[in-house]
Amino acid sequence: MDMPSPTAVPPPAAMPKDSFLRHFRYVVASNPVTAVAFALFLVIVGAAVFGPLLVPYDPLATNAARALQPPSWDHWFGTDQLGRDVFSRVVVATRLDLTISVAAVALSFVFGSMIGSLAGYYGGWTDRVVGRCLDTIMAFPLFVLAMGIVAAAGNTIENVIYATAIINLPFYARMARAEVNVRRHAGFVQAAKLSGNGDLRVLAVHIFPNALPPMMVQISLNMGWAILNAAGLSFIGLGVRPPTPEWGIMVAEGANFIVSGEWWLALFPGAALMLAVFTFNLLGDGLRDLVDPARRT
Amino acid sequence: MARRAKAVLVGRRLLQAVPALIGIVIVTFLLTRALPGDPAVYFAGPAADEASIAEIRRELGLDRSLPVQFVAYLGDLASGNLGTSISTGQPVLTEIVTRLPASLELTLTALILSMAVAVPLGILAATRPDSWIDHACRFVVTAGVSLPTFFTGLALVYVFYYLLGWAPPPMGRLDILTLPPPHITGFYVVDALLARDLSAAGSALAHLALPAITLGLFTLAPIARMTRAAMLQVLGSDFIRTARAAGLSRRQVLFGYAFRNALLPVVTTLGMVFSFALGANVLVEKVFAWPGIGSYAVEALVVSDYAAVQGFVLAMALLFVALNLIIDLAYTLIDPRMGLAD
Amino acid sequence: MTTVPLLDIRDLTVEFATRRGRVRAIDRVSFTVAKGETVGVVGESGSGKSVTSYAVLRILDRAGRIVEGAIRFGGIAVHAATEAAMAELRGREVSMVFQNPRAALNPVRTIGRQIGDVLIEHALATPATAKAEAIAMLKAVRIAEPEARYHAYPFELSGGMCQRVVIAIALACRPQLLIADEPTTGLDVTTQKAVLDLMVELARERGMSTILITHDLGLAAAYCDRIVVMEKGVVVEDAGAIRLFTKPAHPYTRRLLQATPRSGASVRDLLPERRPPPPRPANGRPLLEVHDLVKEFPPRHGAPPFRAVDGISFTVHEGESVGLVGESGCGKSTTSAMIMRLLDPTSGSIRFAGEDIGAIPAARFARAPHRGKLQMVFQDPTDSLNPRWTAFRSIADPLFRLAGMRRSAARLRVEELAHQVGLPAELLDRFPHQLSGGQKARVGIARAIALDPKLLILDEPTAALDVSVQAVVLNLLVDLRAALGMSYLLISHDLNVVGLICDRVMVMRAGGIVEEGETEEVLRHPRAAYTRALLDAIPHPPAPPALQEPAAAVAAQPVAASA
Repeated sequence: MDMPSPTAVPPPAAMPKDSFLRHFRYVVASNPVTAVAFALFLVIVGAAVFGPLLVPYDPLATNAARALQPPSWDHWFGTDQLGRDVFSRVVVATRLDLTISVAAVALSFVFGSMIGSLAGYYGGWTDRVVGRCLDTIMAFPLFVLAMGIVAAAGNTIENVIYATAIINLPFYARMARAEVNVRRHAGFVQAAKLSGNGDLRVLAVHIFPNALPPMMVQISLNMGWAILNAAGLSFIGLGVRPPTPEWGIMVAEGANFIVSGEWWLALFPGAALMLAVFTFNLLGDGLRDLVDPARRT
Repeated sequence: MARRAKAVLVGRRLLQAVPALIGIVIVTFLLTRALPGDPAVYFAGPAADEASIAEIRRELGLDRSLPVQFVAYLGDLASGNLGTSISTGQPVLTEIVTRLPASLELTLTALILSMAVAVPLGILAATRPDSWIDHACRFVVTAGVSLPTFFTGLALVYVFYYLLGWAPPPMGRLDILTLPPPHITGFYVVDALLARDLSAAGSALAHLALPAITLGLFTLAPIARMTRAAMLQVLGSDFIRTARAAGLSRRQVLFGYAFRNALLPVVTTLGMVFSFALGANVLVEKVFAWPGIGSYAVEALVVSDYAAVQGFVLAMALLFVALNLIIDLAYTLIDPRMGLAD
Repeated sequence: MTTVPLLDIRDLTVEFATRRGRVRAIDRVSFTVAKGETVGVVGESGSGKSVTSYAVLRILDRAGRIVEGAIRFGGIAVHAATEAAMAELRGREVSMVFQNPRAALNPVRTIGRQIGDVLIEHALATPATAKAEAIAMLKAVRIAEPEARYHAYPFELSGGMCQRVVIAIALACRPQLLIADEPTTGLDVTTQKAVLDLMVELARERGMSTILITHDLGLAAAYCDRIVVMEKGVVVEDAGAIRLFTKPAHPYTRRLLQATPRSGASVRDLLPERRPPPPRPANGRPLLEVHDLVKEFPPRHGAPPFRAVDGISFTVHEGESVGLVGESGCGKSTTSAMIMRLLDPTSGSIRFAGEDIGAIPAARFARAPHRGKLQMVFQDPTDSLNPRWTAFRSIADPLFRLAGMRRSAARLRVEELAHQVGLPAELLDRFPHQLSGGQKARVGIARAIALDPKLLILDEPTAALDVSVQAVVLNLLVDLRAALGMSYLLISHDLNVVGLICDRVMVMRAGGIVEEGETEEVLRHPRAAYTRALLDAIPHPPAPPALQEPAAAVAAQPVAASA
């Protein structure tokens, strides 16, 4: 192709920070949804940090006299079968749900990208061994594997985190492997070797930072999936135990009341869960636009 | 000659499933034996006393070394012995085999449903980038992957059962008064139609509708997303420009040239969709009290019936490998480049 | 011309919608193509030559739009035709051959059926007769065993073969006009000649008109009756091929002609201004001695082990510049990677300044004492710079890693290097995507000479650059060698470039050296048949007399310059 695209023209004396901000503004302006996602993200993080301080009721306080009341001015999201305030429980649950998924994603990102980078850079038998191990994890339907791990290792929140981290690990490892592998023979990598950089330094200083932007997108998209998995596990009774407020288990408890018409028990925690996942997915799409070199000047 | 080369490829592909099977066997073994805690306590169940735990430990061979246990485990697997479910008292294998058709019926219906919607949607979106249908597709895709399956299921139950009364109560595969059709395939809708029992078929279909839609909505998003991305990429490639410059009609360019190339990435990533679908299947079965292996596993989890849970994990993994194998074989047969690429 | 032209482009203007608003890709472009005529459209990257051809077929990207002007083909107003009318035209009356032939074919359809598709589409064959017609077409483009090849997939064919198939698709319906867009870029020079000869012959046989789009003036001169020169979206000159070479009217054409490497010209002749010839450094002691070097890659999937380099020996002396020439796959890049100690040889020795560096494993060579003395300039300047590092950091990396310099000292040294390679110091804080191709090439050269290397391997250092930039970079390399007393080993596929900067040349084929000698001697009197074939395949443009009499040419009026 021979397009006189404007990308060939260097912006006059542009500083990198400047151009990033300009690009950020462009992305947000061209896709307002991304701006909304950033705002929602801040709200969710705010609820996770300050939630317990802000809620109107104690999320664990039962009151048989107020059981199963529909949403009202006093109880915005209604009350559950034990008379607990659903709004307070939904807000307070944010911290636990977010903690589980952030911890799981962080674990799988750190270990996955390390393993994957080494496999992608060295190739050969390192690559084959790592590939085999990842294939074995991927040979299971991932949610089912997580069920099996939690069931075997013990029904605790820590184990839910480890299980979620394990089933996410292959995504990061494979991505890191691919991103490193395509750059392994790039000119700038060979040039770095000629400049006296050893293998590990080339990998850590030259290749990995270039592989990072697509991985950040993956993290954001993965967060949503991790939240869904953790909530799914507690929905079937793994990990979080009642009466701890957590979205998945609240939906599970509310499920029994759906057929008799008490919709608010399941709807609000479910909606909160959905909103959180939706936010991270939108954020991931926005980040992709931000780092996608094809749309970058 | 070409046919023989394909046969060799298919054989090689079948062999490639062997390491995965070995991996699955090792992992399921490790899940039961090598993790912290005393497996005998798990397998004996919460009501067991010291004596019965010791009995179970001997029975499972937990007093022997790990390699010996592994060999014994392999022997058990080969003879189809997955242990006995403490909650029902039945052999786990029997339970799984009787419940498997229900799960398969649900999963396959959902997959067919979502593919029928998602593939055309993805193609339409890719051929008209930035049109309303493209935006709609993007919205559906993002919303679709954000929906917790169990929540969608409950919402559908509330609307179509409680509010509108169109759907039957979310309990099982048939009305209480309807007799199950004679067992042929194990899929109630198919079996009832084969037996010309229209009322049973109608009931089975009505019960199948909501769970299948729930699961289908979940798998819709990844398929549509992949189709759109693959089509967009193919449509931007050089050979499409050649085809356009040669004056081929839009239909021919789109379906004869672009779609067949886009199909390949879609087909390969279907494996991931199966993984999602089989996982979500567990949740949907719980919501709709669907008598498949997923709800069996959930019930077993509640009463700490570990033999049943392990049997379930193993069965799901084998099912997943089989589905992937079928997809890979199809892929091997479609793509002429296979075999030289690796 | 008195007759009505077959293709008549008038004031064609195409704009692209981009993030920075609308960008004009071509601006009031006008030229004609007569029946049976072969017209070359020549320009550097960004000149708009491809956009013009896409506009003729109306296959511009979604973002591109014809905003002004007219394209008339025969009696049809192409710029205003409906999609249905265009579908009739494309492939039937006007067809196109693209760059990168392998990607231009549908990877999952047999080549025979792809030819058949076009024939059936334009109702020149029925599904029943398509096969025979397609085989006849394969025969016409000289594909051996056409019946068997009918069932082949593109990945089973070589690049040259794929281009023949693309030509077969383009010519299947006997169109009146063929547009070839850089049809041989990326192909080896001998393949290039074969493909172009075939195309021209078929066009003549069928009385077809041809537009050949290329960046290579020599190529256009060898095959075209008339040449249209484009610069930045504007036609600057339009003249007969001989006239363009003998009396170039526009300054840009003259610059382009001058910058094009040709036999007999010195590297200084490529520059617009006159400069004294570079001093030729005296050869000293042997610096690099390669003896019986072998690289064998392990067998894959039953195929026998592949010997990429098959026992070659040669010497490079201090201050000497040696060329290593060959077509793709001949093993020249493998050789350079082994000498650079990025790859371990299977056997043989590499002695550098008397020491056997081949014995040091590549993985440990990064910290070896000779690392700084043995450096390289890479083929693709974009690919060879870390996209997240500024030019300064890229150039300073070897200073930090190998010379142990501190930041302030490195800053001074980098500025000195930038001055040496002619890179303005204010560009040092830019990232690669903010630099032009020539600037990136200078950054790569500055990095390579940062540690005063004794031997510099130049791996196709100008292959990715436009010809005018290539001229400047080649001169820079010649000057640096004289100033710093380095030796060069130039890896290239282009004998003209080798002739410009090398004292001695080695011709490589299938892992071995087939000929070696003084550059002048080898280029003038090649002994090996393969060298002769390589030389014959290079298109020979007439030497531009404008060099001798620039003043006379300026007087001539540009034919279609509109600026």
